[in-house]
Amino acid sequence: MAKITYITHDGTQHAVDAPNGSTVMENAIKNAVPGIEAECGGACACATCHVYVDEAWTQKTGEPEAMEEDMLDFAYEVQPNSRLSCQIKVTDELDGLVVRVPERQA
Amino acid sequence: MGTATAQSDDITETDIVIVGAGPVGLFAVFELGLLDLKCRLIDILDRPGGQCTELYPEKPIYDIPAWPEISGQGLTDRLMEQIAPFDPQFQFNTMVTALERLEDGSFLVSTDDGTKVSAKVVVVAAGGGSFQPKRPPIAGIEAFEGKSVFYSVRRMEDFRDHDIVIVGGGDSALDWTLALAPVARSLSLVHRRDAFRGAPDSVNKMRALVDAGQIDLHIGQVAHLSGTDGQLDRISIKDKGGDLVDVACTRMLPFFGLTMKLGPIAEWGINLNENLISVDTEKFQTSEPGIFAIGDINTYPGKLKLILSGFHEAALMAHAAKKHIAPDERIVFQYTTSSTSLQKKLGV
Ligand SMILES: Cc1cc2nc3c(=O)[nH]c(=O)nc-3n(C[C@H](O)[C@H](O)[C@H](O)COP(=O)(O)OP(=O)(O)OC[C@H]3O[C@@H](n4cnc5c(N)ncnc54)[C@H](O)[C@@H]3O)c2cc1C
Ligand code: FES
Repeated sequence: MAKITYITHDGTQHAVDAPNGSTVMENAIKNAVPGIEAECGGACACATCHVYVDEAWTQKTGEPEAMEEDMLDFAYEVQPNSRLSCQIKVTDELDGLVVRVPERQA
Repeated sequence: MGTATAQSDDITETDIVIVGAGPVGLFAVFELGLLDLKCRLIDILDRPGGQCTELYPEKPIYDIPAWPEISGQGLTDRLMEQIAPFDPQFQFNTMVTALERLEDGSFLVSTDDGTKVSAKVVVVAAGGGSFQPKRPPIAGIEAFEGKSVFYSVRRMEDFRDHDIVIVGGGDSALDWTLALAPVARSLSLVHRRDAFRGAPDSVNKMRALVDAGQIDLHIGQVAHLSGTDGQLDRISIKDKGGDLVDVACTRMLPFFGLTMKLGPIAEWGINLNENLISVDTEKFQTSEPGIFAIGDINTYPGKLKLILSGFHEAALMAHAAKKHIAPDERIVFQYTTSSTSLQKKLGV
């Protein structure tokens, strides 16, 4: 279990308890966090679940894999801390994770 | 939808036009074929399979009955094999733009390449809509679209002696970089990172052109467009370090993948409900008799956007379409396992 905080573009914080093994995207959808669309349902095929991982957490969430990097090409305003939230798996390690939702998804 | 009479000679005729060659459109060929109806499928993509081949060709699907695991491409290949006996006609790279009802109740289907098809019934199996190029997230780009920003190349000549900027890192971006380099006044390829998704051979060829000084490669993201009246003259690229680099540009080609848009279907005069086509669950007919809708594009109480549900809809729709075309003919319900007449149609 990990507590994840999503900060939407207008600054609103959404704190969510996320079970291990689920993805950061799934918890956003389940809790209706605005701004995460996840059109493809987590298949790394749409880039509409784009988030910015808080700088303090980029080490723990790790680097995107090649397929995710390719899909990030289609996201809006990609930055070094950009990730597709469907590709981040929740573990105890991520308790306290903070991610920011971009202004828009592609 | 207007009413008119078919006049021109260059109209292709068929029993059924299926808009969309996704899995559901493909399976409809089978169900309609068993009832002796010939189909023509029209899709904006260059190959069959819809979302399955465009979005997840290699990913496994686990809920196709009797296939514990099959990939998007595998499912499409199997469907193509299954419908081959019915010899469906395919028209790819073509968008269906308009539907017109003719005086005799049949339909005239128009496409963006100017071809027309007449059909007794139209089946809309358009899924999430037609796949169209994604607009890149650059402020003010709309004003330049169609004048100096293009999402595809229809005629290479239109790009001759221009300062061309190509944006993207996949095969389309690389292929057009290689093809247009010889005719361009200057050509710059812009990509967010120094790694490319495209075929390794194309990447090597592109890098050779860069080394030879024939094209420029910029790693960064397009930040700003400048020009007047839709005509670009230069763009600014924000590089990794956040610095802005100005590049001359009179033609821009962004390749940011495809997205699904409802497209012209909204103008066909059929009832929609939040961008989906309302149908009944007996015939899967739309508000317009003779126009049916199956698969992801339709909506009804309890609808599930599953391939399996689309297949079921195709079977019921086929019987209703047959009755629409031949109201007096009695349809005998038969199994493929035991019916010699169905087996003859299948060539088994
Ligand atoms: C990543 C992902 C995973 C999925 N996993 C599953 C799964 O496990 N199980 C499952 O059952 N479903 C799954 N789905 C959903 C499944 O892919 C869809 O239900 C299915 O593709 C719908 O088929 P369709 O034939 O109705 O439409 P589509 O596959 O969307 O095909 C419609 C076609 O119509 C074309 N078209 C539309 N309008 C026009 C026009 N005007 N002119 C010309 N062409 C047009 C489009 O270009 C497209 O090719 C998944 C979807 C995604 C994205
Ligand atoms: S949900 Fe589509 S890429 Fe993450």
